[in-house]
This record gives sequence, C-alpha cells and structure tokens, in this order.
Amino acid sequence: MDFGLSEEQGLLQDTVGQFLANENDPNQLRARFDAEEAHDPTFWKGQIELGLAGLLIPEPFGGAGLELLDAALVAETLGRAAAPGPFLGHTLAALALARGGSDAQKKTWLPKLATGDVTATVALAEGEGRWMPEQWELQASGSLTGQKHHLPSGAAADLIVVGTAGGGLAIVESAAAGVRLEPYPGADRTRRLDTLHLEGAAFEALPEAGAAEALRDAGLVLLAADAFGGASRCVEMSVEYAKTREQFGVTIGHFQALKHQLANMALEVEPSRGLFWYAAHAFDHAPEDTARMAAVAKAHLTDRFMAVARDAVEAHGGIGYTWECDVQIWFKRAMFDRTWLGTPGFHRERAASHW
Amino acid sequence: MDLSYGPEYDAFREEVRSFLSSHWPPKGKEAEQDFLAQAIHFRRTAIEAGYLARAIPKAYGGSEQASDPLKAQIIREELGRAKAPGDPGGIGTMMLVPTLLEKGEEWQKQKFVPGTVLGELSWCQGYSEPGSGSDLASLKTRGELDGDEWVINGQKIWTSGAVHADYMFCLVRTEPDAGKHAGISYLLIDMKQEGIDVRPLRQMNGSAHFNEVFLTDVRTPKDWIVGQRGEGWIVSRTTLKHERNSIGNASMVEATFKGLVRLARESKIDGRPAIEDPAIRQRLATIEGYVQAHKYSGFRQLTHQLRGEDAGLIGLMNKLHSTNINQEVSKLAFDLIGDDAMLDPEGGGGLMGVAPKGAEGWINLFMSSLGVAIAGGTANIQRNVIGERGLGLPRDAYAQQSR
Repeated sequence: MDFGLSEEQGLLQDTVGQFLANENDPNQLRARFDAEEAHDPTFWKGQIELGLAGLLIPEPFGGAGLELLDAALVAETLGRAAAPGPFLGHTLAALALARGGSDAQKKTWLPKLATGDVTATVALAEGEGRWMPEQWELQASGSLTGQKHHLPSGAAADLIVVGTAGGGLAIVESAAAGVRLEPYPGADRTRRLDTLHLEGAAFEALPEAGAAEALRDAGLVLLAADAFGGASRCVEMSVEYAKTREQFGVTIGHFQALKHQLANMALEVEPSRGLFWYAAHAFDHAPEDTARMAAVAKAHLTDRFMAVARDAVEAHGGIGYTWECDVQIWFKRAMFDRTWLGTPGFHRERAASHW
Repeated sequence: MDLSYGPEYDAFREEVRSFLSSHWPPKGKEAEQDFLAQAIHFRRTAIEAGYLARAIPKAYGGSEQASDPLKAQIIREELGRAKAPGDPGGIGTMMLVPTLLEKGEEWQKQKFVPGTVLGELSWCQGYSEPGSGSDLASLKTRGELDGDEWVINGQKIWTSGAVHADYMFCLVRTEPDAGKHAGISYLLIDMKQEGIDVRPLRQMNGSAHFNEVFLTDVRTPKDWIVGQRGEGWIVSRTTLKHERNSIGNASMVEATFKGLVRLARESKIDGRPAIEDPAIRQRLATIEGYVQAHKYSGFRQLTHQLRGEDAGLIGLMNKLHSTNINQEVSKLAFDLIGDDAMLDPEGGGGLMGVAPKGAEGWINLFMSSLGVAIAGGTANIQRNVIGERGLGLPRDAYAQQSR
C-alpha cells in the first residue's frame, strides 16, 4: 500500500518547477500574457528540452513512456506557474496517436512529436457544449468540411487531431489546403484558443478504437491537475499578501475574518490533491474507475479553482481587481480549466450515471 | 503508487480472520454473560494475540506491538466485519492512557492503564466549563491542598459519559497566583463519591449524551496529579501518536454518502424517484466530489504514516472537511425526506459510522452534524488552527493579549 509519489515523480516535479522559476518568473509570465504573439517558441523549446513533449509517447518512438499520473504532475506544476504553452493540446494529441494510430502513422508522427519537431493540438468541440466523442458530427468521408472550436495553442500546431462523427479521430496538417485557423478572443492568454475551419481538407483516420475515450479521460485528468496547481497558487498568493499587507498597524492576516477565509480556501484545495492523483492512477491501473473518476476530478477541481480564484481577488482587496495584479492570470486560467472539455455540471451528470 | 496491501498483509488478514472465527462471537458459557463481560473477555484474548492495545507496553496490560498502521487498519476492518469489540473507544483510551504513558508516575500507569485498555474502567473528561469553552485555559474550577488531599470545587460541562464513568481526568486551577495557563493542574478524580452531582444535558435532538458535573468539596489524594503542579495545561496537550486512524473517518463519510444515494433512489418527487431529478443529481454529484477527495486524502495520510512522514497541512483539515461534508449530506437528505422533515428526531439514534435509517435518522443527522462540528474544537477554532499552524498566519490579537 503506497498512495504517494515516487522519488522519480518528486524529482520530475522539482525539475519542471525549477525550470519554470527560472524561465517563467512573474515578469516573463506577464510579458507572455500580454504579448500580441499567441505562441512563444523559445519558451516551448525549453519545455521540449526537458522532455515534456514526449511524456506519454512510448519509448520505442522516442518518448519517455510515462503514465498519466506523471503527466498530471507536470500539468499541476505548469498550472501552479500558470505557464503558457501548448503542453495540454500536444500531450493529448500524442496520446491519441499512440492509442489510435496505425503502425505507419505512429512511426511517422510519434518520434517527431517526442522531439518537438512537430507540435500538435486537438480539435474537439463542435459548439453548444458538444465536447464528447459521442456528440461529434463532423463527417469523415473523402475530405473534412466543417468547424471545430476551442483548439488550444492552435498557432503553435503543425498537426491537429480532429474528432469526427461516431467518436472517431483523424489527423490533419495545419499547412494543408482547406485548413484555416482563426483566433478566438479567449480570456486565458496563457493558452490561446483558435477556431478551426475545414473546407475539403485532406485527413487520415486513426484506425484503432477507444482512442477518443482515452483522449477524453486523459484530458479531464490533466485539467483537474492544472486546476489543482493553479488553485494552490491562488491560496499561496493570498496567504503571502495577508502576511505583508498592513492595516490598523498590523498585517491583515491577524484579522480572523480574513484568516478564516484563507483557511476555507486552503480547505477547498488541499484535500483534493489525492483526487486527481487517483483519477490519473486509475487511467493506467483501474479501468473500471477511469471514466467516472476522471469526470469527478475534473468537475470538483476545476470548480474549486474557479471559486478559489474569485476568493483570491477578494482577499487582495482593490489591487486584486486590477490587470496589474497577477491573480487575474490564474482567474482566467481557471475559466479555461472549468469550461474546456465540458463544464463541471456536465461532468457531474456523467459521474451520476455510474451510481 | 500501489493500492494493494501485498502478500505479507494478505496473510496477516487471514490470520486475523481465523483468530476471529474461533473467538467471536463467544460460545458456551461465555455467550450467556452480558455484552461488557463478553467484550472484556474477548479483549484479553485479542491482546494476548497482539491485535488490541498495540501501542501499550506489556507491563501495563497491552500487547506492545511494533507500530504498523497497515496491520492496525486490517485489524479494524476485520473486527468491523465480524462485529467484534475493538479497543474501548472512549476518552479513556483515546486521551487518558497516552497521557499517563507519557507523563504519569509508574504507580499511576500500573493502577489505571490495564483496566482502561480492557474496558473495565471508564473515564470522563473534565475540561470545558460554562465560562470556558474555546478559551479553555480561563477555567475556574479550584483545587486546594488540605493535608494529603486535594479539595475541588467548581463545575464542568459537556462531560460525555459522566453518568457511568469510574474516574474523571480533570483540569483544575491549583495555583491562583500563577499565570492563566501556568495555574492549572491535571488531577484524577474518583467519580463514585459524595460531592459529585451529574446532571444529564438534554440535546436538541432529544438524547442526552453530555452532562454537567458539579463538584462540591470533592476529594482526591495528593498524588493523583499527573505531572507537577501548574503543568496541567502542557500535560493535557499530550496527543495520541500511535497508529492514528486516518482512513476510518473517510470510510464513514463514504458510507453515509452511499446511504444518501439510497435515500435519493427511495424518495419521490412528483411521483418519480428523486434520483432522476437533475437538480438533486447535481447536488449529489457535488457532494460526491468532496467525499472522493476526503477518501483519497485519507489514503495520502496513511501513506505519510507508513513512510514516517508528517502529513503537514492536510492533517489539520480532517475534522473540518468531514464535518462540512456531513452537514451538506444532511441538508440534502433533509430536502429528500419531504413532509417528514417536520418530524421530531427523537429515537432516530445513530450518530456516526453507519448511514442513518428512516426520516428520523436523517433528521437526527441534520441536528447532530452540528453537534459534531462544535464538539472537540468548533469549526471556527479549526479555521484558526488551519490558518495559524497550517498557513503560518499570525495569532489573533485577542488571543495574544490574554496570555
């Protein structure tokens, strides 16, 4: 019985955390958040050099062959730092190819995804909250024509994994004819979103069944992990502020009203660390729990993140409501985590179907 | 990460099961005794086998086993399955015994520990007073030395089990001229004497779990003090360090949630099962998120224990997290029972451990979940602890002034 992290997992988090402390300090983060350019290739290159592009890619194809828990721990660390970049879409696209691709497709793409020579993303949503494989209607016959919404980091992507009718998956190259990306005015500027317009675009279907469901469950877990990291940081920022800001001659952390608010925030977050750990663990080790726990974790944690981000604004007082205060960056990251891949309410209904 | 117990522990579980199948329930003459006698007899055997009183030295009636939280968990699970008595659950084993083992005189350990771990001796705790709740150290019950005896006068409140207790461990102000905390001593008192008046306190749900205890010229020998004069506050802070049950609480919360889902299946809204109502489903699923978080939080803490690590912040949150969940569960249940939500819960019984039964049971939880949130440190005190000890925020200005 050991429900804890291994030394390697601790080291992985430390390494990524240290990299982010150096390469994504508050000034760098702020610059990327405010930048016109949707994508910072240099920062992504640093993440690739750490091996983050190939975490879930099997070793024979040049990846690290790790489990979803390891990727979730990286997602937590990125979320804690609100790190910009294509990690989410790229990791899910790589997983989809590894699970759903033919041998030839895997040989062609996975090594390039692992080295970061090719960056990928996923195109899932079809509007009106239709994120799930069974809701997709994009017809995959001959060529692809239609729209897909909310692609994360589309500007960085060379390759797109597209969800198709009947819960299928296909790959499309973004440079191909009939493929156009249009920026979506999203609030979370750490993971810019795009709308995908397809007009007779060439595609290759991924033949192996079950990949879309794996992509869905892994995506829910990675969002839950990102939300846990982000929510923890919101609590930390608020506690730090309460220890330094003075009013009535003392630091405001002396006042019980605020102390209790901060205790409640911590209570919303810390006990749910094991929830995303288990949901990630179940993905590789407990198939009977995978879909349900991924839904529970996503619903619970992204809801907690949004609530704690609101509390963090309040705990910072007037400054918390300004563009200048960093809290807004996490607030907007919470907006993304909460809604991308389906709202908490939607996934609670899915979890309820397992009672 | 590995959630299995492994072959060594599976073998241990088999061993416990086989022990239980031959020792519980009692057979022959034993079976005719009352439950307490059966339980004491069973505990003696189970202590000999190393299954109970594991943290207690053999010299004081325990089985003195190496600390092993997994074995302790397996024993709890198997005793529960067999409905066999475990270690006596009261305040005596939880608080008095660890305190005596750490701070008591040799003769005190010999006199009080063996009977307590068997369940022969029962204890009550004389801490809270009418004017001293969260600010416990302001307590006023006085103890004055008269020759070889302490003479104690005052009043204690919220004293669970005082009606049947053999002894009380009690915080008493013996050094009126010393500071607030430094004036308190930790005394042991025989409850079966004149001058002790126990009056049950009827709770809002109708049952009487607590008591007021009036002490008028109550006497106790001079050496029935644990620690030195004026050290009572520090002595009372001694906590149970062995084999803390971190996942037992989580499984109780899970059991109560399962009962709630069952209630939602059985209840009707407009003639249809309530569980089909989207609003009810959302509320249930929201609670499930907290329940699952609590469950895996328990697994994390067990792992910290197994690795000999401090659980940190999470260890300070168990009580508030679980009482919050229980309150949410009880509020949803209250909505599900419809018109019966006007019933008097008297006789609803059952507090923790199993899901309530019937409307009275759920109404009882609707009330008792408040009691549990207050007892042993109110929710607001828990928030102070999380804020100050967990998050490192400064202590309250008022608490600092009153030291």
